[in-house]
Parts: sequence; structure tokens; C-alpha cells
Amino acid sequence: MWWQKDIAGCGIAGFIHKKGKLFSGEVIRKAIVSMEERGNGLGAGFAAYGIYPQYKDQYALHVMCTSKKALEEAEKFIKDHVEVVHQEEIPTTPLKSLPDVPYLWRYFVQVNYEKLEGTWKARADFDEDNYIVWLVMEVNKTIEGAYIFSSGKDMGTFKGVGTPAQMADFYRIEEYEGYIWIAHNRFPTNTPGWWGGAHPFTLLDWSIVHNGEISSYGINKRYLEMFGYVCTLLTDTEVVAYLLDLLLRRQKLPLRAVCSIFAPPLWDEIDWMPEDEKRLYTALRMVYGSALLNGPFAILFASHNRLVGLNDRIKLRPLVVATKDEMVFMASEESAIREICPFPDKVWAPKAGEPVVVELEATT
Amino acid sequence: MEMREINAKGIYYRDLNQIIRAAIKEGEREFILKNVNGQRYIVAGVNVPIKMEIYGTPGQDLGAFMKGPYVRVHGNAQDGVGNTMDEGKIVIEGSAGDVVGYAMRGGKIYIRGDVGYRVGIHMKAFKEKVPVIIIGGKAGDFLGEYMAGGIIILLGMFSAIADKPLTGICLGTGMHGGVIYIRGQVSPHLLGKGLSPCELTEEDRQILHTHLSDYCHELQLDLEEILQGDFCKVVPVTHRPYGNLYAY
Repeated sequence: MWWQKDIAGCGIAGFIHKKGKLFSGEVIRKAIVSMEERGNGLGAGFAAYGIYPQYKDQYALHVMCTSKKALEEAEKFIKDHVEVVHQEEIPTTPLKSLPDVPYLWRYFVQVNYEKLEGTWKARADFDEDNYIVWLVMEVNKTIEGAYIFSSGKDMGTFKGVGTPAQMADFYRIEEYEGYIWIAHNRFPTNTPGWWGGAHPFTLLDWSIVHNGEISSYGINKRYLEMFGYVCTLLTDTEVVAYLLDLLLRRQKLPLRAVCSIFAPPLWDEIDWMPEDEKRLYTALRMVYGSALLNGPFAILFASHNRLVGLNDRIKLRPLVVATKDEMVFMASEESAIREICPFPDKVWAPKAGEPVVVELEATT
Repeated sequence: MEMREINAKGIYYRDLNQIIRAAIKEGEREFILKNVNGQRYIVAGVNVPIKMEIYGTPGQDLGAFMKGPYVRVHGNAQDGVGNTMDEGKIVIEGSAGDVVGYAMRGGKIYIRGDVGYRVGIHMKAFKEKVPVIIIGGKAGDFLGEYMAGGIIILLGMFSAIADKPLTGICLGTGMHGGVIYIRGQVSPHLLGKGLSPCELTEEDRQILHTHLSDYCHELQLDLEEILQGDFCKVVPVTHRPYGNLYAY
């Protein structure tokens, strides 16, 4: 059975070490596995930053393919359009409990101006990041059964259909060391539980895990299409990864503004605001109404220099934050944090729509 | 029988609850659970007056549907504490998550610290069964939403979130029974439609005194200090606030 409809919610967990100290995947594994009950075995995954120091200047393309043919086509497309510095099969441990796994390869690539696809040579919006986004979209859209599911530098996503423990074992997650980790335990409700639809969703440097459902998916998807993003992974959360890229990287909006676009104050609340705030929030809602995320959500998203936790504006999903020295933890349940940090300095539940932003203090 | 101590570390919630249920069946009435972390449904559905001391962080739906037990959490609780509980008492020395006392129909829940969103949503009362939730810290949005009966007391005194407001928006939205007492002021715009904070009567003061005495006794707090504050109360305007919503 490649998909199944069922009820209930997902589990999310993540942490950052503000000084960039690296932690093995064993740590996040403990946290997410402790919330096993929140998923149903139809999806789990991890994303980590700082894991590819030997190729930190190359984009790490993680590719998942349903057939050998798709893999060959994807590889050819990649090699035709960027320079591959190194490629290998993603190391996995075959599990008897996971009989049906896709082909999983990774390519560390850089932009080679001689290999640029024709139209890009003259495009005004050319830059390396935009070009890689185009490459990802092109592969996902045009090569049947091939998906680039991770494309950032010195970071990577590892995901698929299974429980968090299965995915951790399968991808040998304990062999990676990162200073930011996010993890997901899936209980798909409205969309298929398939390998590409597992969380985290990633594009370039952005990664996101989500508990809830994004009812505005259709509006968000059509809005993103105007900017060249194509949703191919059949899960609502995919739009958030692309919205982060559009709003934060391409449009260079401040992070707080983006969080307010995702989870804006209610119109009533805007009415009670002082005049200048009222104008700001009204403008954000009017200009970016199509990027508003409607429906219940608790999300964690990351880039190489920060981890952010955010709830929907009326807090329909749980999110707990804790701090301990240089570390900040975020999870669906306090117990998941205590599993890896038994005695935090501070524990609290952030307010609805109020982002918890933790920046990296030193680059690694 | 002697008190039963159980080390819950690493025990799957179903196994833990089976151990507890089996012991209750054998006549055990006092328990200490150590190293609890995230196990769900502890004491859920138990209908004998056991005493349960919990060390750690119990998981979702602690004491759901329970009728009679006394539960004390030496730490924080998560979401859904006392979901639809019927009788008994839950004392939480730390904070609690969302939907505490959801559809609660009797008994008492005392929290020393803060609570999350939708606390006391759909509480109800009938004759002598009047559920009570007392919150020592602050509350999120939708406190007492659709409340049909019972008592919520919000103190705002023992909060870990000093920079946050006492309560959020939509307090008592759709409320059609029961009463919410608040120590301090609450801006009318935070209340559900048609509600406004009003003054306490002598009867209200008696009710507060009774419940807060017990709360202070359980949590070793200073009753006088709490009662020195100015309280207001929120009660429903009508027992059918949306009676005409679909009548056009």
C-alpha cells in the first residue's frame, strides 16, 4: 500500500547549539523516537546542518528515484547542467522491515558557467541559488519518478516512509554530526504517505518540519507557481519550504515579517494596534495574503544560521521550547526535550503566531 | 497494602498503565511513579480513589475521564490534563499545557504555574457537581471557551512568563454557564462577544475563599497574599449566546 488515510497528528523536534558545536544524530533520534505515538509509520525524517564539511562549498543534491531509469535520467540532467564534484549512493542500512525503498543518491555540485542551460545565460535573475532552484524544479517536474529532495550546502535531509527509528537506522543517522537538527514523525491525514512526501521539506538552505495541515495549500501553491516554484511532492508542507526561499532569500524580507505573513494577527487584533503597527500588519496581510498559512500548524524551520519555531495564530498544535546553556530545544511535547535534556534551564510554550528565533552566534 | 513505587523510566505507556491497573485491581491504593516522561493516559478512566504521586513529566491526557483519584505532579504536565474528568483532584506543582480540563464535569485541577490555550473549554456543571480549575500563573487564548458550568480562577501570580499578558484573546467566547474569576484587570476587548468583567458579590468572595484555601493548602501558598488582590469575574450574559445565530 503506497498510501493510507488515517487520523491524528505528527510530532516534531529540533535543536540548535548557538556556538555551532556538533552533535551526532543519535541525540535528535532519541527525542523524536520518544514521540513515536504521534506518528503511524507512514513517514519520518531528519535534516541537519554542518554534516558535509568536506564539501561545504558545493550544493548537496539528495536524489530519490523510483526506478533505475529515473536515476539515470536525473543524473544525466544534473551532469548536463552543473558540475558534479563528487557523487555517491547515500549510505543506508537495508532493513527487512523496509522492503520497498527508492534509489537514493547524492551529488555534490557547483555551478559551471559553461554548462548553464541555454535561457539562463541571458536571464537577468541569474544567480547560482536561483539556478539550483530551477534545476531542482526541472528534475522534479519533468523526470518521472525522480525527485531532488535536498539541495543545500553543508546540510542534508534524510527521509522516507517508516517510523523515526526505522529512518534513523536506515539512513545511519548517528553517523552524521550537525549543529542544528530537526526531525519529524508523520501521521499523514490528507495526503499520501510516500517517500517524497515525508518531512523535512528542503530547498537550498531551508528545511522545515510541520505538525498540522495547511488548508491554504491551493492558494499558496498557485502563488508560488507565479515565481517558478512547482509543487510535486503531494504534501501541503512543501509550500512552506518554497515560501521561505521566495520571501527570505529572493525578496529579502525580514524574518519577523515573514513569520507575520505566515501567521498574521487576526483583523480584530490589528484593529487594537497603534497606528503604525496597524498600517504594517494591514499591508502585510494585503500584499502577502496568498502566502498566509491557514489551518493548524506548529512548524520548525532552519537555515545554516538559525532555527525558528512558529505556531498558527490561534495555536491549534502544540509547541514547547526549552533552553540549556548554549542549546535551544523545540518539540511537540516537553517530554521529548527532557529525553535529551533532562534538566533544562527554562521551559515554555510560545504564544500563537509568536516566532521563537534562535540565531547561530558563530559560524563553523 | 503498602505504597507501590514504580520506576517508569523507559516503560511504554500501555505497559505502565497496565501495571497500575493490575495493582489497583489487587487492592493497591497508593502509588509513587518515578522518572515519568511523556507516558500518556496515566490514571485515565480510573474510578477508585487512589493516590498517585508523579515525579517527572506525565504525557497527554493525564487523569482523563477519571472519577475519584488524587493525583499530584511534582513537575510540569503536558496537554489534555483532566480531559472530561468526573471526580477527584489533580495538583500540578509546575505548569500545564493546552486544553486543561476539557469538558470537565467534576473534581478539581490546581496548577501552580502557567497553562496553555483553551483551558476549561466546555466545562460543565450539574447539581452538586461543580468542577474547579485554579491557575496560579497565566493563561493563553480561549480560556473557558464554550463554558457551560463550573469555576475557573486565574491568579497570574506564579508565572514563568513575566513579559506576557495575564490572559489571551477570546476569553469565555460562547460561554453560557459557570464563572471565571480573575485576579487583576482584564481588558474587555479580550473577552468573548457580549461579555464584560464585573464586580464580585459577597457570595463570590465566599466561593473564592473556600476554593483558594484548599488551593493554598495543597500548594503551600499564602492565602492572604492571594486574597489581597483585586478580583473581577466574568459570567455569561445569557445561557444561549448563539440562540439566534442561525435563526434568520
